[in-house]
Amino acid sequence: MSVAGGHPIEARGLVKRYGALTAVDHVDLTVEAGCVYGYLGPNGAGKTTSLRMLLGLIRPDEGVARLFGRDPLQEGAAALDGVAGFVEAPRFYPYLSGRKNLELMAALDGGDARDRIDGALDTVDLADRQTDKVKGYSHGMKQRLGIAAALLRAPRLLLLDEPTTGLDPAGMRDMRLLVRRLADEGMTVLLSSHLMGEVEELCDRVAIVRSGSVIYEGALDALLRSTGQRYRLRTTDDERAHAICRAQPGVQEVVSAGKGLTFAAEQERAVADLSVALVEAGVAITALVPAAASLEELFFRLTEGDGLPGQNGDGDRAASAREGVPSSTEATR
Amino acid sequence: MSAVAERAPAGAAPRTGRRPGVGAIYRWELRKLRAQKRTFLGFGMAVIVPIIFIVALELQKGGPNDVPFGRYVRETGLAIPPVLLIFGSIWLFPLIVALVAGDIVANEDGNGTLKTILTRSVDRHQVFVAKALAAITYAVAALLLFAGVGLLLGGVRYGLHPLTSLSGTRIATGRALELMAAALGAYLLPVVAVAAIALLLSTVTRNSAAAIVGALMVSLLMQLVGIISGLAAIKPYLLSTQFDAWQGLLREPADWAPVVRAAWVCALYALPAFVAGLTVFVRRDVAGG
Repeated sequence: MSVAGGHPIEARGLVKRYGALTAVDHVDLTVEAGCVYGYLGPNGAGKTTSLRMLLGLIRPDEGVARLFGRDPLQEGAAALDGVAGFVEAPRFYPYLSGRKNLELMAALDGGDARDRIDGALDTVDLADRQTDKVKGYSHGMKQRLGIAAALLRAPRLLLLDEPTTGLDPAGMRDMRLLVRRLADEGMTVLLSSHLMGEVEELCDRVAIVRSGSVIYEGALDALLRSTGQRYRLRTTDDERAHAICRAQPGVQEVVSAGKGLTFAAEQERAVADLSVALVEAGVAITALVPAAASLEELFFRLTEGDGLPGQNGDGDRAASAREGVPSSTEATR
Repeated sequence: MSAVAERAPAGAAPRTGRRPGVGAIYRWELRKLRAQKRTFLGFGMAVIVPIIFIVALELQKGGPNDVPFGRYVRETGLAIPPVLLIFGSIWLFPLIVALVAGDIVANEDGNGTLKTILTRSVDRHQVFVAKALAAITYAVAALLLFAGVGLLLGGVRYGLHPLTSLSGTRIATGRALELMAAALGAYLLPVVAVAAIALLLSTVTRNSAAAIVGALMVSLLMQLVGIISGLAAIKPYLLSTQFDAWQGLLREPADWAPVVRAAWVCALYALPAFVAGLTVFVRRDVAGG
């Protein structure tokens, strides 16, 4: 039983059916040590069901899941040594305080988990509220307590299921910083998410799931390169800008998007030429930034070839979805 | 389990302690019970019913003359707990027991906390055994409280005079207390069986209310079957009948036959229910929450 030989996560042919619905359909997943792995898909794609199978909470109908080479269904809790995390929202005993909940978890972890309670509470910034009952905690506090509960196990592998869901922007930022920090400390992380921006910010590799199946697996860089770069443009006169964009060589797929428009360009040179053309035409640029591809766009491209949403009349929906995703590259410009 | 000791791979978090056992889970199950209101609802009933009984004896002239020991309730406080046990067996004790045993698994489903405790370093069967032990511990505590409050109030009001046994002999106070303790032990047999049924329902239904009401209904149904004269042949094998087995110990000489029968009849109810509950708990999918 070699533990060192096993990847942190290795799943082969996982299938879970609920009646006629196949929630997870032959999913293979390999997460290597030290990786921050994004498990990306819309709600209902089977992400949580996959995570539950990895943790041994539910039985796969087919296939096998191993954590560091050990199968939770065969070895029970022993297979979860060095593994921590939560699926869906972390849940606690509402009638116990945050600290009591952690003490309970530590008792069920054994070892020196109890000694880590204070540090974990500090890490997630809950030391002040540790004696309050969990029923009085906000959603964000419960999410943070979920991380603290995971840290008690001093995990080498952390499984997080949409940890920023339901958090306000500051909470999302703090949660992402925390995940980043834990990853930097050498933890392997599996992060399920439906937010492309989040995965872009945190992850090295990504699996994209739709309707229970993995439709893409690979390095995030490669994925983003393969989908081509889109840009968002705002000007003082969007109508004229639209016409100029359409006429500009190297600029394609121009789509009106509420205020401003978006377009695709393979070469940065084309973007530079466009900016000159706009200024020469007397159209002043208020913003010209790379736009992150939205999850919807990625799905579309991965499943429908090179077509773009704007071309079949649902450009507004796609564009608004795109705007809803904070772009990390935009912030750096 | 040698794998546990061998496993210290490079990069692994050092595990300095032992893997937690049933004892650690059991202690936290008791703490969880202490922190929940429904626990004290059951204890409250176990305290209030004896008080109401004594108050009723004080307010009216007659007594429960038609039940064993009923004629002696004003003669000695020692007669109070036996009469309480007889009344308690109809629905009070099944309810008190079901209140916790029916909730102890389903409550985790309701809170969504099963996934929380089942992703730590304990195995499912350990959690289930700890929960069963905690439910039984609670039942024992409630029973001691019930009989203890009756004995205390009865003793204060009527004194602890010798008890007249069911054979008509006088039992000295000290001996009567010993026999009472043994009687409580015998009373516990069907209580544990009801707890096992409630635990099974709690595991299968994943719903506290359904499990509590279900366990109570099973108890009441058996009593109903017990009073149908055409079904007299099965009466000795009903759970409700075993709630009277302890009375054999308050005879002189003691009649062990009903206690022995209660032991195996209750085991026939409790063990399959426990094994079924354990099997479901170990194999079930923990979804939701």
